[in-house]
Amino acid sequence: MSVDLMPMLPELFLLTATCILLIVDVFAKDFDRLQTYRLAQLSLLITGVIVIAQFPDLQYHLYQRHFILDPMAATVKVSVIALTMIAMMFARPYILQRPILRGEYFILHLFAVIGMMVLAGGGSLLTLYLGLELLSLSLYALVAMHRHSTLSSEAAVKYFVMGAIASGFLLYGMSMVYGVTGKIHITDIAQYLETAEASLTLRFGLVFMVVAMAFKFGAVPFQMWVPDVYHGAPTSVTAFIASAPKIAAFALVIRILGYGFEKVLIDWQGMLIIMATLSIVIGNLVALAQDNIKRLLAYSAIAHVGYFLLGIIAGNGVGYSAAFFYIITYAIMSLGGFGCLIYLAKGKQEVSLISDLKGLGQRNPWGGLLISFLFLSMAGLPPFVGFWAKLEVIRAVLEANLVWLAILAAAMSIVGLFYYLKVVKVIFFDPPEAETKVKAERGLRLALGITGVTVVALGLFPAQLLEVCRQAFQYL
Amino acid sequence: MLEQLPILSLLIWMPVIGGLVIMFGPGDRLLAVSQRVGILLGIITLLLSCWLAWAFATDTAEMQFAETARWIPSLNIRYDLAIDGISLPLIVLTSLIGLLVLISATSAIKKRQSQYFAAVLMMTGLMNGVFAAQDAILFYVFWEAMLIPMFLLIGIWGGPNRIYATVKFFLFTFFGSIFMLVALIYMGREADSFAISKLQQLPLSLTEQKWIFFAFLLAFAVKIPMFPVHTWLPDAHVEAPTGGSVILAAIMLKMGGYGFLRFSLPITPDAVAEYAYWLILFSLIAIVYIGLVALAQKDMKKLIAYSSIAHMGFVTLGTFIIVYLTASQAQSMALQGAMVQMISHGLVSGALFFSIGVLYDRMHSREIADYGGVVNSMPIFASLLMLFILANAGLPGTSGFVGEFFVIIASFQADWRISMVAALTLILAAAYSLWVYKRVIFGKPVNETVARLEDVTKRERLVLFTLAILIIALGVYPQPLIEIMQPSLEKIIESATLTKIGGLE
Repeated sequence: MSVDLMPMLPELFLLTATCILLIVDVFAKDFDRLQTYRLAQLSLLITGVIVIAQFPDLQYHLYQRHFILDPMAATVKVSVIALTMIAMMFARPYILQRPILRGEYFILHLFAVIGMMVLAGGGSLLTLYLGLELLSLSLYALVAMHRHSTLSSEAAVKYFVMGAIASGFLLYGMSMVYGVTGKIHITDIAQYLETAEASLTLRFGLVFMVVAMAFKFGAVPFQMWVPDVYHGAPTSVTAFIASAPKIAAFALVIRILGYGFEKVLIDWQGMLIIMATLSIVIGNLVALAQDNIKRLLAYSAIAHVGYFLLGIIAGNGVGYSAAFFYIITYAIMSLGGFGCLIYLAKGKQEVSLISDLKGLGQRNPWGGLLISFLFLSMAGLPPFVGFWAKLEVIRAVLEANLVWLAILAAAMSIVGLFYYLKVVKVIFFDPPEAETKVKAERGLRLALGITGVTVVALGLFPAQLLEVCRQAFQYL
Repeated sequence: MLEQLPILSLLIWMPVIGGLVIMFGPGDRLLAVSQRVGILLGIITLLLSCWLAWAFATDTAEMQFAETARWIPSLNIRYDLAIDGISLPLIVLTSLIGLLVLISATSAIKKRQSQYFAAVLMMTGLMNGVFAAQDAILFYVFWEAMLIPMFLLIGIWGGPNRIYATVKFFLFTFFGSIFMLVALIYMGREADSFAISKLQQLPLSLTEQKWIFFAFLLAFAVKIPMFPVHTWLPDAHVEAPTGGSVILAAIMLKMGGYGFLRFSLPITPDAVAEYAYWLILFSLIAIVYIGLVALAQKDMKKLIAYSSIAHMGFVTLGTFIIVYLTASQAQSMALQGAMVQMISHGLVSGALFFSIGVLYDRMHSREIADYGGVVNSMPIFASLLMLFILANAGLPGTSGFVGEFFVIIASFQADWRISMVAALTLILAAAYSLWVYKRVIFGKPVNETVARLEDVTKRERLVLFTLAILIIALGVYPQPLIEIMQPSLEKIIESATLTKIGGLE
């Protein structure tokens, strides 16, 4: 029996490239790992091109239906690859000045991307779990990279322990589901639910899986690790964690809840409503009190996860595409937001407090403007892309007849605006403390420019991306 | 030739893009170039809007100069621009005020002038967009986007307490409008379109209307501003630079009134009828109570800010009194009054803030107590200010009189007590306006600096005389303005007096 490996070409190519790169890196002589960096970028670029070249117009279930190739998976893959490339552009100048300059840094990124690609195309509980684990293990290692820093090590241990518990929950839930249904494929589970009543055990399994996903996302009440990890990890790693993996986790949620357990929407919708409400409220309110900018962004990430869940709650194609749009745009903004911190770091000194940004608008108008764009976009202000994301999820909630939730989401976005404005205020209105000009190398400026311009361009012309997100769910 | 141009798009995007070009092109290094380009853009914008007024057909309520294009097909959001008799005067006013602010800024603004120019130009374009948008989401995008340049304008060039003021301003207005967004999305779903005309025809139950009405009310009442959500305005006005205050008072406040006319009345007529009583009550409180507050101010800008709130009370009164009127003539008179009051207040308050700016540039104080006897050193200025102050007090022959008179006459037909209370403004406005004039202008020069003040420069004279001429012209002969608005206002009255419950189905 011959197997056609073409549909899996991007994953296979990236895996091969990563393995080769591991060996190449061992023998690399250059101190600054430029070669490894360039080869990693190149492999990602080629992988991305292959994914786009193979962009499917239908949904294919391949390899004993363990692997799904559909527009959603391809869109997730493309955006993950693009974000990782930008994250690596941000990371290189940052790690150059710190004792975390290793070839492994980039190779771990590549492994994480492979994990995310497997996750995006996962057609059974098994592949989903494998993809998630590959992703998570790479991330644990990345957080721990800065091994001489206690803050970093603490973050890594926390992240690992929490992540391991979550994985345990997920596996436990999956085994319960498997035990009841005897099925491992998403489509089979969906079919099973068509005919049979959902038993209590099955529901328990569902609850465990939802909890695990909430852990991975960092939704309240499973958010405790988020601020510490975001704060403790090297900024370049935080930028990565806060962006691409969120999109992959979205794929996990959709595959399990959207495709597998759509019939028992009633059972998981309530849980998500509670988590979304709490995330939006607590994330926004606690963010108000932060003066450390990384923690502020971490709490705002929790709030954004709440908004994103609003789209899932709707439980239909409109809602999922809204959530998809939200998570993609949020990933861009969040990558840009942390990228700004890298951009502003002077030598080994990090930007940690909001007040460190004082007078940036005068010291560096372009940088100040781009950062403000990113923050105002996160606040959901037109004409930036964050506005459309917010509009989409509010629309989705209204579609599900949850008017109170829409009003709550709108009301809490005022609180959100306040702390984002606080940062913009510091950038533009406070006088600079030191007259140092911000200087950054070209790659960094380019990366920041890309995210900033994307946020504005997508804000003015969101139609294409919205259409892509809509296309992704036409088979649901 | 001009007919083929997308003239409304030009009115919006030319200043916006021009502003960006100035900021990142010549900037402060080539300030002279920035100034010339900015003023040139302002003049072109004004000329285009004047051409718009000239080519405008006054005998129809149809939308004119329509431009339409797909923007976000999957959500049915379109890039639709068009104007009717309500938008047109406001667009001309916006373009005019924008240009005047630019002219006065060339001498008044000392730091980062090119960025100031850019902010003002972008504001002008975006505000034109608010008045021209015929798609609700497009309207909302302009409505919110406009806050950003204003935020920077107050925050960078404002007074000592500017940061508090600008953050308060931003949060207040955002607080108001975010709920409007929810309401718009809700209706957009029901109507399967965000076109404002479609939303106006959408049948809504009374409960729905009430919710939507309150969402709109929050947005527009904050903006206009109505008592008791007016507190951001005095702060913002006092701290804003002259140009910022002028734009705020002359145009941004009008967006609230415009919103009431464009959205609240036609979309939620039954809810308006239900709550008009309260709105009229709050309007009267604004007129009387805020008038009294204005009397007690020590700061000139604050005084004018409070007087703005009181004058805007007439706009809301005129807008909502139509619920209690039966004769269609009285109804259209009330709305005419509200509209004329908006335009007139745009000119008068703009002129007053410019005048205060003239004094402030020389003395760096806004305290009334620091002045006195200015007439001795600045006679031309004193006579111009006299005209503006009298217009503010509603003297017949100035534009300030027309709107208030219409509204009082119309409200008399609803209930004489309402018009009695509203007419108190004639005393109050005269009191606070003339009293501040007396304290600042007359008497002996209080100190050496006042005695040695220089009279208005050529540039300032250009700005103030332009406004003075328009104020008198509008006061003596408001007929052209009323003719432009009349068909559109009648259409609004028609839709505002029809019930929507049950509706078309």
